[in-house]
Amino acid sequence: MSIAAIKHPFVEALVAGGRALPASAASWLNTRRAAALERANALSVPTTRDEEWRFTDLAPLNKLRVEASSAAAPVDVASFAVPEAAFRLTFVDGVYAPSLSSRSALPAGVTVSSLAEALTTNPALIEPHLAAHAGFDRQVFTALNTAWLRDGAVVHVAKNAVVDEPLHLLFIAAQKDAVSCPRCLIVAETGAQCTVIEDYVSATDAAYFTNAVTEIAIAPNARVRHVRLQRESAAAVHIASCAVSLAKDAAYVSQSIAFGARLSRYNLDVVHKGEGTVAVIDGLALISGQQCADTHTTMDHAQPNGRCTQLHKTIVGGAAHAVFNGKVLVRQGAQLTNSAQQSRNLLLSSTARVDTKPQLEIFADDVKCAHGATVGQLDAEQLFYLKSRGLPDTAARNLLTYAFGAEIVDRIPVKSLVAQLEKTVMAQTQASV
Amino acid sequence: MINSNAKTLLDIRGLTATVAGVTILKGIDLTVRAGEVHAIMGPNGSGKSTLAKVLAGHPAYEVTGGTVLFEGNDLFALAAEARARAGLFLGFQYPVEIPGVSNSSFLRLAYNTVQGARGKDELDPLEFDDYVREKMKLLEMSPEFLDRSVNDGFSGGEKKRNEILQMAILEPRVSILDETDSGLDIDALRIVAGGVNKLLTAENACVLVTHYQRLLNYITPDYVHVMEAGRIIKTGDKALALELEARGYDWLLVDTKAAA
Repeated sequence: MSIAAIKHPFVEALVAGGRALPASAASWLNTRRAAALERANALSVPTTRDEEWRFTDLAPLNKLRVEASSAAAPVDVASFAVPEAAFRLTFVDGVYAPSLSSRSALPAGVTVSSLAEALTTNPALIEPHLAAHAGFDRQVFTALNTAWLRDGAVVHVAKNAVVDEPLHLLFIAAQKDAVSCPRCLIVAETGAQCTVIEDYVSATDAAYFTNAVTEIAIAPNARVRHVRLQRESAAAVHIASCAVSLAKDAAYVSQSIAFGARLSRYNLDVVHKGEGTVAVIDGLALISGQQCADTHTTMDHAQPNGRCTQLHKTIVGGAAHAVFNGKVLVRQGAQLTNSAQQSRNLLLSSTARVDTKPQLEIFADDVKCAHGATVGQLDAEQLFYLKSRGLPDTAARNLLTYAFGAEIVDRIPVKSLVAQLEKTVMAQTQASV
Repeated sequence: MINSNAKTLLDIRGLTATVAGVTILKGIDLTVRAGEVHAIMGPNGSGKSTLAKVLAGHPAYEVTGGTVLFEGNDLFALAAEARARAGLFLGFQYPVEIPGVSNSSFLRLAYNTVQGARGKDELDPLEFDDYVREKMKLLEMSPEFLDRSVNDGFSGGEKKRNEILQMAILEPRVSILDETDSGLDIDALRIVAGGVNKLLTAENACVLVTHYQRLLNYITPDYVHVMEAGRIIKTGDKALALELEARGYDWLLVDTKAAA
């Protein structure tokens, strides 16, 4: 790669912004931020000539400007509340908003706090994990997020502690041209269990940039359920990555839903570091108009007996474009890995587009790795069946589209969210016909 | 029951239709009055199921000639969904599976759509639940069918019961039951036919499309029509069905060829 990589004014402005941030009290964090800043400066912004970004043009980023975020705009947080989640940390344009948060009592051993609080109260808990799982050597956006790292959410569940109620991490974008770099760290110690809702919403229709990074460390026998909702404004750019580290017999179950953003990219990297790990990865992108939703996942099996089932669905209307790349890497020692990946795509218009690609790299000889992909339209016989019972054409199409998406939404372990998202699916389906 | 003064519900004249450019129906004439049960029999490929689908408005079939009046109105002026709301019902030979849509919400949506079109009140989920459970007793269906996806993983018999359940809920004026007896064992056949019998009144009518006489032991037809090569070649009463059972279709085909 030549040094004369094309410079990107927007990203350069972000690098400059990162440089200007005040230092943290934790020196190790300053060191990691400085290293990330250096990488962000050195790395070029990917183009469609890069294999990993082949289908996703970052042009919408160029239209954004970097504005120093001003005082937080008033936000109606009630409409984003999840009734089952009494505990909620709220961030507005990436900055922790205590007055919009709801901090109910949690079971012993469960702590949820802002990064600033966690750095003060228990830095030893987070030092081994923060900016340790999400590599920034080659990912310019992860490097930028890390360079900007000053606020975020930290969930820590101590050994054998179990929290049944979901923990809601709410990120609200409130201002035009705001740049936010949300950061989440979820640590489940041995035998711990928790459910986290990572929720990106907007209180504005304007364009802005969310550059999020989440790290999830799951110790032996621990289990994390992760519900990720991307409901950004239709003009936003949302780029995010999530790095999950699974120790022996650990389990990670996730549903990630992408409805919003003009352009969204989600990288989910799960590393099976111990034996006997379980990962269940479900994804749904429901987009229309000019939206582009790109999901890249990597399942890295490094140890034997890992299991992973993955179902990624997209519903694409208008001139929207969905991208899925599902990489499964089975390293030499990872015998008896059992991985199944399905990519199912529904096109609602003749101008909608899907690019889906399984990518299997297998270096062990006793493994089971299945994959499949379908791209299709609504089934004509199903449509006729519904119409023959009196349903109008639009209602029949909506019902079938809804059913396609409901398969993923129904798996979310939070009832009110299921109901709410099903309504969104229904409304968006109706709008896109 | 035949009553020559009863209202004509379905009046088919000179109906011709094609699928993928091939002419399947070559001139069908059929009059169905309120209170009547018609059986349409005939060998495979004679056009029986095509007639059923053309009447219901399946998009794969193209009507190329003739007229069909449904209670005096042009049936082909209506889209498939409007025909259903007007009171035409097709019991599918192969009911379609719809994973992800619960049977209860599907049935309620269909019921409320049709009720709404008739100017009647819709039912909320709780009211509908009571209503549908009552109707399910008619077909000896267990309530668990409400929670499952529409026809998804249903056995052949379960699918056919679900069809008749929809007929019971939608209360059509004319039901066309396409091979409702196929794939049923004797107990399921008895239940399904019993359900149909309970739904027949002097105000509605039923057209049974069937290959075998077996179903007609349970549902007594007023008329039996034999179709061959896209035409009705013979019409009789229930004795004709018994004769077909005893002699097969060949003698009829020979007769018509001789007549031609």
